[in-house]
Amino acid sequence: MRLAQQQEQLDRHSLPWRHRHILDLDDFSREEIELVLSTTDAMKEILAREVKMVPTLRGKTITTLFYEPSTRTRVSFEMAAKSLGASVVNVTTATSSVVKGESLLDTVRTLQSLGTDAMVMRHSMSGAPYVAARHLGVNVINAGDGWHAHPTQALLDLYTIRDKLGKIEGTKVMILGDIKHSRVARSNMWGLSTMGARVVLCGPPTLMPYDLVGEVHHKAMPPAEVQTRIDKALDGADVVMVLRLQRERQSGGLLPSLREYVSLYQLNAERLKLARPGALVLHPGPVNEDVEVSLEVAQGAQSVIQEQVRNGVAVRMALLYLLMGGSH
Amino acid sequence: MSEKVILNEADIRRALTRIAHEIVEKNQGCQDLVFVGIERRGVPLARRLTASIEEFEKVAVPVGVLDISLYRDDLASRGLQPVVRRTDIPTDVSDKVVVLVDDVLFPGRSIRAAMDAIMDLGRPQRIQLAVLVDRGHRELPIRADYVGKNVPAALSEEVSVKLREVDGRDEAVIISPDKGGEP
Repeated sequence: MRLAQQQEQLDRHSLPWRHRHILDLDDFSREEIELVLSTTDAMKEILAREVKMVPTLRGKTITTLFYEPSTRTRVSFEMAAKSLGASVVNVTTATSSVVKGESLLDTVRTLQSLGTDAMVMRHSMSGAPYVAARHLGVNVINAGDGWHAHPTQALLDLYTIRDKLGKIEGTKVMILGDIKHSRVARSNMWGLSTMGARVVLCGPPTLMPYDLVGEVHHKAMPPAEVQTRIDKALDGADVVMVLRLQRERQSGGLLPSLREYVSLYQLNAERLKLARPGALVLHPGPVNEDVEVSLEVAQGAQSVIQEQVRNGVAVRMALLYLLMGGSH
Repeated sequence: MSEKVILNEADIRRALTRIAHEIVEKNQGCQDLVFVGIERRGVPLARRLTASIEEFEKVAVPVGVLDISLYRDDLASRGLQPVVRRTDIPTDVSDKVVVLVDDVLFPGRSIRAAMDAIMDLGRPQRIQLAVLVDRGHRELPIRADYVGKNVPAALSEEVSVKLREVDGRDEAVIISPDKGGEP
């Protein structure tokens, strides 16, 4: 059948994809998330081959621009881009002209002029990728901005949950730890609630976002319950998503001591028993062993941390394909 | 627009039975055969062919599903990309005789993409092509080994195959624009 003449037929079963950029999950419909997840399935098959490569994005260049350090996210994007046949350029700002004082806009405009087709950005300031997106013609993917959003992490978490449990709708997902400073928590709250999961946030009150504690519900956040008692939060949980505790929080006066955090909020084997049997343990990485999660649980049978990493490459391939695999 | 039926349900059934026999005859049996249906409608056709072969040869032939979206040569010129489905071929294709199956053969670009995909998966002994309808107007040097029906059609006409598994009925039609100039 003629490829061009298939267009009408295909458009009837190719779902609408409105995004030129991936900045956060707050503007993703359920259909769009479903499309990412089903495309990820196809990409996972490619990664299981001996030749893990397809020619789809041949001739396209993707630049990673990371103002904050990263192993898994950056390498994951690089692997994803290369699997689709694209070229990858990595810019780590510590060794770039940013050191000489070059501004964000100058940096991204220069990279665009150098010929990149898409930019994957991580920045310590919330909103930085939005600024870039507003001023650029190329596709921008947010790889983490400040405390605000990490949409690709949330999508791979959603994929991992669906892959292991068979569904997301109706599950109880507990997010445990420093919610206040977590872009992973925020993007997951958007994604999980759009997909019909029940989200419970658990952690010390000093590490809860101000606008979620108490009765006031900020309209800018998706629905989530707050439960500061870990045993109550764990009850009936299908998924426990553990967040990394940054040690700076202790010196910032938000925690009395690491020992107290561990004794009240560490996910250990005893506590995990309070969740549903077979409940999944997720963590965006890197794990602080025996801090937010015990080593035993992190490496135990219910932990899907390594699957998250594997799924991350496939999810990012799906996003790159959906963003760049056509003409927009 | 006027629509003419070129193959009805019985025609399709008979064509597939004949093609199944031709494939086994030409390959002198089912040794090393792997059927690969090209998404979307090549898949049920491939499954019907292997079911037919299993019936008269009493041999189960492996059948797989191939999605060619990622190998297409026209991605840059399309508006929306096609939905990517999972490729799933249950055996290694190396040293096998791969029979690609599709509904309509037209410019040949889908088959070029399918061959590239198969070559990325292994090194088959040979690749053969079975199609339900060949409507000519090839843009690449590609030909089918097994054809249900040759349908000469003008470029302005559309040849469309409907299958029970996808569309609820079995039918091949040719759709012509009206001579009066009605869109």
